[in-house]
Amino acid sequence: MIENVDLTLVDWSRAQFALTAIYHWLFVPLTLGLSFIIAMMETIYVRTGNEEWKRITRFWMTLFGINFAIGIATGIILEFEFGTNWSNYSWFVGDIFGAPLAIEGILAFFLESTFVAVMFFGWNKVSKKFHLLSSWLVAIGANLSALWILVANGWMQNPVGMIFNPETARNEMVSFWQVLFNEVAVSKFLHTISSGFLLASMFVLGISAYYLLRKREDFLAKRSILIAGIFGLFSSLLVAYTGDSSARTLAKTQPVKFAAFEALYEGRQNAGLVAIGVLKESDRKLGEKAVNDFVFKVQIPGFLSVMTGGNKNAYVPGLYDLVNGNPSQGIMPVSEKITRGRTARDLLAEYKVAKQNNDLQKAGGISGMFRDKKFIDDYFRYFGYSFLGKPEEVVPNVKVTFYTFHLMVMLGFYFILVFAMALFFLFRGTLFKNRWFLWVALFSILLPYVAGEMGWVLAEMGRQPWIIQDLMPASAAVSQIGSGSVITTFILFAVLFTLLLIAEVSIMIRQIKLGPKH
Amino acid sequence: MTLMISHIFLQHYWWIIISLLASLLVFLMFVQGGQSMIFSLPKNNLQKTMIVNAMGRKWEFTFTTLVTFGGAFFASFPLFYSASFGGAYWVWIAILFSFIIQAIAYEYRSKPANVFGQRTFDIFLFLNGSIGPFLIGVAVATFFTGSQFSLNEMNQVKWATPWHGLEALLSGRNIALGLALLFLARTNGLLYIINSVDDKELIDNSNRKLVMNSVAFLVFFLFFIVTLLLSKGFAFDKVTGIVNMEKYKYLHNLIQMPLVLILFLAGVAGVLYGTGITIFKESRTGIWYCGTGTVLAVFALFLTAGFNGTAFYPSAYDLNSSLTIEKASSSQFTLKTMMYVSFLVPFVFAYIWYAWRSINDKKITAEEMKSEGHVY
Repeated sequence: MIENVDLTLVDWSRAQFALTAIYHWLFVPLTLGLSFIIAMMETIYVRTGNEEWKRITRFWMTLFGINFAIGIATGIILEFEFGTNWSNYSWFVGDIFGAPLAIEGILAFFLESTFVAVMFFGWNKVSKKFHLLSSWLVAIGANLSALWILVANGWMQNPVGMIFNPETARNEMVSFWQVLFNEVAVSKFLHTISSGFLLASMFVLGISAYYLLRKREDFLAKRSILIAGIFGLFSSLLVAYTGDSSARTLAKTQPVKFAAFEALYEGRQNAGLVAIGVLKESDRKLGEKAVNDFVFKVQIPGFLSVMTGGNKNAYVPGLYDLVNGNPSQGIMPVSEKITRGRTARDLLAEYKVAKQNNDLQKAGGISGMFRDKKFIDDYFRYFGYSFLGKPEEVVPNVKVTFYTFHLMVMLGFYFILVFAMALFFLFRGTLFKNRWFLWVALFSILLPYVAGEMGWVLAEMGRQPWIIQDLMPASAAVSQIGSGSVITTFILFAVLFTLLLIAEVSIMIRQIKLGPKH
Repeated sequence: MTLMISHIFLQHYWWIIISLLASLLVFLMFVQGGQSMIFSLPKNNLQKTMIVNAMGRKWEFTFTTLVTFGGAFFASFPLFYSASFGGAYWVWIAILFSFIIQAIAYEYRSKPANVFGQRTFDIFLFLNGSIGPFLIGVAVATFFTGSQFSLNEMNQVKWATPWHGLEALLSGRNIALGLALLFLARTNGLLYIINSVDDKELIDNSNRKLVMNSVAFLVFFLFFIVTLLLSKGFAFDKVTGIVNMEKYKYLHNLIQMPLVLILFLAGVAGVLYGTGITIFKESRTGIWYCGTGTVLAVFALFLTAGFNGTAFYPSAYDLNSSLTIEKASSSQFTLKTMMYVSFLVPFVFAYIWYAWRSINDKKITAEEMKSEGHVY
């Protein structure tokens, strides 16, 4: 059977993947958004023939290049860590998960890497129009690669379009379109790329504000603020919209995560959305886990019910319901899910014994059960629960999910305000007069990075203990290697990534201070 | 209408795609080959800049091919992905490390305020150029010499040694292929420099180095090939699925698959011809013959490893845990879905070729390195 391994190994493997993902996400969103901003600027240059726009384009392209390489470097580690650190997972879902990764390589990475060379080195070697086309293709390629990896991630959050094959002991894809248009993947993709656009817009806005504060590069700064302001406002509104639809999807597909990020323990009708709140551990327990109560909270009454069920009478299940069950709402207790999951897992073991004994009739019968819809719905869908010891293990860290979610949402509204104000001051011609706003814009550069990382912490920590929702916990997915090896590589990666980040930031700051070439 | 394509056809189709990607990757490692000579080939800083820029404009192709190779392997033969990556942990981690430091080295080396100085980033390029091809060669050699793992009934890997892949470095044959790949990458790197850079002194130097590197490649390659053809190989019975050691298995494979043999010989001839015309006739187009030859030879080697009833990722520890393309592959549905996607590959090749030509139309010159363009 699938062997459980020591928790130290699981924790360090998770830590290593989280470390790589966190560093990766420091660089990728800028690539996603800045590539489009550069393409827009170059389009204006090609259409107007104004050399100033070429200078502006090339300046932002230099910053893009500094950031681009390190994003690629951390990306390759993520891809291979699925194999090196999560080998059981790789086999269990490789039939589904691998396909988006392969398509990402064939369709997106080659597009990006081919035309980025033209973008950087082709100014005097190819025609203006071909160069412009290359810039757009880089932007499209970068965002297409985000699509495929998010399709893969979306499937982990909401596994669809597959069937379990007991012969191979893995899930196998039966509908590519269900995997591609998985509702979690679609909303995740739109939310993620729009957050990248937002981050890049804030980056451009903030650096432009720096130039205005320094009373230099006036033309570049104002034109850049115009592009970044419009793109940023559009993106921040899109982030808010897609964030809302992501949350609605989550309420259906990952209700435990949803309840955790609202710190909702007791389910209710007319449930309010917590706008701001502070949590404190109480003496009450959910299983062996301490329950968090609010020290204070500001709530929008009834909003959570309206959001998830369309009206304020809709029942929003809390963590007590989801763990202990609530028959009146048709919610099964986790203990029952554990029992059903173990039934499915025992049946798989029986299948293997039957195969070993060459009892083909029995093996055929069991194999048929794994294809039977009723068995899948009633038993196999809880397969992952068989690895859990206690029902409350399905509850993630409530404090972390609550605070990351609320910080991310608050920052989301702040970004809308900043971009709207930037455009307002620009069109009124009062940017110079409002130096306080320029300082705000400059220091706001860091905030989308914080929001983006919060989003990923929420998404990934919020779905613990699952690596694949309901089907496989992280503890069953990990590679059978010594935890000492993983600790060593964690330290090596941490040191290397940090040194590279220091170099990247230092080079970036120097290039910004140098400004565009005249 | 659903197209009926058998699973076995798809498994073979995808092994061909994997082999093709592997062969292209080996060719594109001319970038690594060039990097490995960053300290020994140039006579001055300007020449070093020219070498770095010649390689730097292509590094992403190698990198992307490596990523796509990994992704395609994951998608089409996930059991290899989980068994090899999850088991031979340290070998793959070392390869990955060498590629992380490459990616940033180009962009950062000549930028002001890069904290660690140009020499550090040049050392990164050297390390990636030397370690990358060598370790990839060692890893590929285990396709023929076997690894130390077993699979349980749930197809989960357990590595039999605490070294998690590093034990592959104790095999002379693995080392030989690693060194052969390193010197092949250097040979192709030199040929590419000769083709794409306009600097007489640098070209003359490259020509001199070419002799030593191509001879070293031939020595290690011949050692590996001769021992491969004379050794036992990992054969499996297609009916029972049982793996056993068969004398001269890989020689049999080449004889029983004459097309593969022809491809292999044509590949070797291409490598020799490309190198020969550069050394003896001072041609500057040797890279295209040697490159094509590299692709054909590596392609044929991979086909030899996986076709004709051969375990492509054998376990020397537990023969019946060895991976065959039938055992390790994705489902019929997934392979078929991805096959449709793979039809776009010629289109991808076409635009790569067009973009490559656009950039390489003008050779790299000293003047360009001093200009204000994007110079590494």
